[in-house]
Amino acid sequence: MNSFKDAEHLLRVALVFVAATIAFVLVRAALVPRSFGEYGHYRGNAITEMAAQPVVFAGHQVCEICHSDVAAIKSAGKHVSVNCEACHGALENHVNDPGTVQPPKLDTANLCIRCHQVNGARPASFPQIVADEHSAGLTCETCHQPHSPLPLIGAGAKP
Amino acid sequence: MKITRRQLLILLPAAAVAWDSVLAGTPETSPNYKLTEHWWGMLVDISKCIGCGNCVRACATENNVPEGYFRTWVERYHVSDTDLANPVVDSPNGGKNGFPPILGSGGRNFFVPKMCNHCADSPCTQVCPVGATFMTPDGVVLVDKEYCIGCRYCIQACPYGCRFLNPKTQTAEKCTLCYHRITKGLTTACCEACPTGARQLADLKNPNDPIHEFLRTHTVQVLKPYMATGAKLFYNDLDGSVR
Repeated sequence: MNSFKDAEHLLRVALVFVAATIAFVLVRAALVPRSFGEYGHYRGNAITEMAAQPVVFAGHQVCEICHSDVAAIKSAGKHVSVNCEACHGALENHVNDPGTVQPPKLDTANLCIRCHQVNGARPASFPQIVADEHSAGLTCETCHQPHSPLPLIGAGAKP
Repeated sequence: MKITRRQLLILLPAAAVAWDSVLAGTPETSPNYKLTEHWWGMLVDISKCIGCGNCVRACATENNVPEGYFRTWVERYHVSDTDLANPVVDSPNGGKNGFPPILGSGGRNFFVPKMCNHCADSPCTQVCPVGATFMTPDGVVLVDKEYCIGCRYCIQACPYGCRFLNPKTQTAEKCTLCYHRITKGLTTACCEACPTGARQLADLKNPNDPIHEFLRTHTVQVLKPYMATGAKLFYNDLDGSVR
């Protein structure tokens, strides 16, 4: 029996240990987000937070709902692979409020040469021009319809 | 009510379990989007890239990327006939404002758009000490802004140089593959703005995605395959000199 006479000491240590374990569990539960470890060693809710970021480019599918006439012209021409917002810029604001938010007027002189100015690194099959020599100062849309640039058209034709 | 010490000791663990479920809340999920049904990547067709910089501008607009930093950028390579191993590369402002017309003479010249490769075995997620960067179950490497401590380990670990420290938030930042767009059924901002279709978002788990046919019929490569990162940014017509 003598060997157990100090069992009370051990019990106290055990109690302290249990209390510390409970405190650890509580503090951990308070500090670690519940979704941590849902999919892996990270906060699972970060995925949904990321997905909630607002969209800025509306996407051509939305444009084509209202502007089906332009989409039809474009689909028959050389610019078929060029999505609306590639030239017109991000327009989710316009989609959300088409009445008041209007797309900005395009600076075609600079816009067209962004792609079509001659550059040695561009694929040789891609249509390229030397802007200064090409049009004698006329704007691009004098001859080209931007939504379907070939064949060449007369002055004033839109869109 | 009087609680004995014995009763309190029994109550405490039960309270801990209850508190844990209070903190849990209800996890948000997109109604129609299932994480397990997708495995995202991207296809870049170098033979179609014209170096217009539309992707770089679109990315900055969509994701509010600080000026002077890039989640995607375009490089121009000039490979001379006599020194294939040492290409001359330029990327003025990431190609955001396009490229000046001439770069050397002769040799081979082409553009290489770059961005996060969303590696299946990404070095960047392995080094993060706090679980702030991770690969989602649908194959996109993301950074949790709330958890990032800005230690920059991931920026050093990325073999493709695709990460930077946002000077405002002091957290690591990179391409999210427009996670907020692809989970809504849209394509990424760079793909949306690319006029030639040089960039194509690819869902490798979707059997109807044209990527499968493309990979079967073209010689497609990834960057630095010897690093075994499992890169999912596929390049068609990639020159051997590209780093």
